[in-house]
Amino acid sequence: MSDAIIGGQDRIAKRFAKLKEEDRAGLVTFITAGDPDPETSFEILKQLPDAGADIIELGMPFTDPMADGPAIQEASIRALDAGMHMRKTLSIVRGFRDQDHETPIILMGYYNPIYIYGVAEFLEDARNAGVDGLIVVDLPPEEDPELCIPTVEKGLSFIRLTTPTSDDKRLPKLVQNTSGFVYYVSVAGVTGAGSASNDQIVEAMGRLKRHTDLPIAVGFGIKTAEQAADVAKQADAAVVGSAIVSKIAESLDENGKATDKTASMVTGLVRELANGVRNARK
Amino acid sequence: MTSSAPNSFRALPDPDGHFGNFGGRFVAETLMPLILELEQAYKDAKADPAFKKEMDYYLRHYVGRENPLYFAERLSEHLGGAKIYFKREDLNHTGAHKINNCIGQILLAKRMGKTRIIAETGAGQHGVATATVCARFGLPCTVYMGSKDIERQSPNVFRMRLLGAEVKPVVSGSNSLKDAMNEALRDWVTNVEDTFYIIGTAAGPHPYPEMVRDFQSVIGNESRQQIMEAEGRLPDQVIASVGGGSNAIGLFHPFLDDKGVDVVGVEAAGHGVHTGNHAASLSAGRPGVLHGNRTYLLMDDDGQIKEADSISAGLDYPGIGPEHSWLKDIGRARYEPITDKEALEAFKLCSELEGIIPALECSHAIAQIMKEAPKMGKDQIILMCLSGRGDKDIFTVAEALGVEL
Repeated sequence: MSDAIIGGQDRIAKRFAKLKEEDRAGLVTFITAGDPDPETSFEILKQLPDAGADIIELGMPFTDPMADGPAIQEASIRALDAGMHMRKTLSIVRGFRDQDHETPIILMGYYNPIYIYGVAEFLEDARNAGVDGLIVVDLPPEEDPELCIPTVEKGLSFIRLTTPTSDDKRLPKLVQNTSGFVYYVSVAGVTGAGSASNDQIVEAMGRLKRHTDLPIAVGFGIKTAEQAADVAKQADAAVVGSAIVSKIAESLDENGKATDKTASMVTGLVRELANGVRNARK
Repeated sequence: MTSSAPNSFRALPDPDGHFGNFGGRFVAETLMPLILELEQAYKDAKADPAFKKEMDYYLRHYVGRENPLYFAERLSEHLGGAKIYFKREDLNHTGAHKINNCIGQILLAKRMGKTRIIAETGAGQHGVATATVCARFGLPCTVYMGSKDIERQSPNVFRMRLLGAEVKPVVSGSNSLKDAMNEALRDWVTNVEDTFYIIGTAAGPHPYPEMVRDFQSVIGNESRQQIMEAEGRLPDQVIASVGGGSNAIGLFHPFLDDKGVDVVGVEAAGHGVHTGNHAASLSAGRPGVLHGNRTYLLMDDDGQIKEADSISAGLDYPGIGPEHSWLKDIGRARYEPITDKEALEAFKLCSELEGIIPALECSHAIAQIMKEAPKMGKDQIILMCLSGRGDKDIFTVAEALGVEL
């Protein structure tokens, strides 16, 4: 077996083991595949680990991202307008895997593009490309037979979103069939909206830890290194998405095209965030 | 009681909200507890005679039910075939069938102790109906409406504002109904504690398709009784326009187990199904997952949702309620496309012959009748849902006919 098709659960588990060894939280960064165009997006992706990303979430663009705020909606539109589609997303992952064998890549998005690709074929191609896990926003546990079960059977992680509405009654259902880590969405809302208070996160972490031994990544509304550091004091990882994607938007020229600053502006922000996360527990 | 009932077409959805392969609960986790709570509340309400009594009261005294089943004599004569009956949903308070569902949902919202209402709207009919019941029951109301629809349905926008609702323009995606629904879902995911989402059509995550169908079934139940009184027998055909499909499923459902009744849904074919500019998801789409349910959708090969196109804002949606998808696949109903041009002809014909200005939505059903009635015998009966009045459409129609108002 080549290195590229190591089961995704391994790469994620190894990464969290390493973080534990270093006694620090991880930084999970989100960008949308193909934003602002396939080439620039690939360039950014390749530079993320060096900038300090421990785990990468790569958005699969979709026309109707119902749970996303304006920043990530616009990223999807930029990517689709630039001709992005699922096969290209997987080929970007493959290109990344050729040079990086350790950083986990989680594909994140909505079910329809996967359903239309064909679940079995998608999982086969994703695994071969070097994808480690999936986050699919519109597949709650009630729909597990659709994709979650086949994903786990394929040796990839199916990472679940838990939210402020996930109470003690709901959580057992959420953590079954899940692996890799648990993503805690710290505010009820769309991506990029307000952030949770420290107390709220502490309370939620306590609740989650009662139901799972998996690492917990906390996201939604984290925009600055300070906020990332606050989360990193409590959680096993901090997730940043909209702030990074907004940085891409900010770097574009008046025609919405990438500039020579695009990649460096993104990696600059990721470096700051990583500093925050890495120094949080010192 | 679910899919193990092969001799009934009226037994679905199953407990997980499936109509065969369609339906389901494809929503963000934040919403799952709310949807489960709604499902339970609806179950309880359905079993509570007091809820039914309350609903009947408002349908009678506020909406103005029952409305007539009207024999369209001159249209029937003109077409020279089957006898055509209109179920007059246009005579309801607010001028369309939408209010039936809104009464049901707002009473449920009150029962659940919710204090804020949100809704999406396309043509504005559902928005007006929602704003109306919110005014009547004293709840604040936010309606999401695509900026494109705000432009072409300005009278309804003003109506909603008069009724005290906040109309929020949606400028994402294609600026029409599907985007308004995305935005309403984003609002709901943000305001989980106090907000009730009144979905306007028989689509979305379970239990909405079932619940909206049940609330709209008053159309079919009344029609069934009225046609028996008028003709002493069931119709040969029931027919209605489908966007999301709530008036259609409301008319169809009580007739589904009557084997001799031909069930026909009429889709908006816009400029023509072959042009790609249409809203005919059953005729030209394929099954996919959007807005909480699996159903027929218009999309490209990558699973990206396409923009729908229709002269009628109420049909301008790239999906359809999941029960219609199921009825199509099992062959219990058939779905026919009608173009903008054909619908306009029907709009004019109905106005001139019957003195009824129909909504552009149900003008599509009239256009299909114009094709089918002449081929049917004079002893045959077509029962159509005239889902709404056309006053709101006069500006659109004038523009399409090149008339300056």
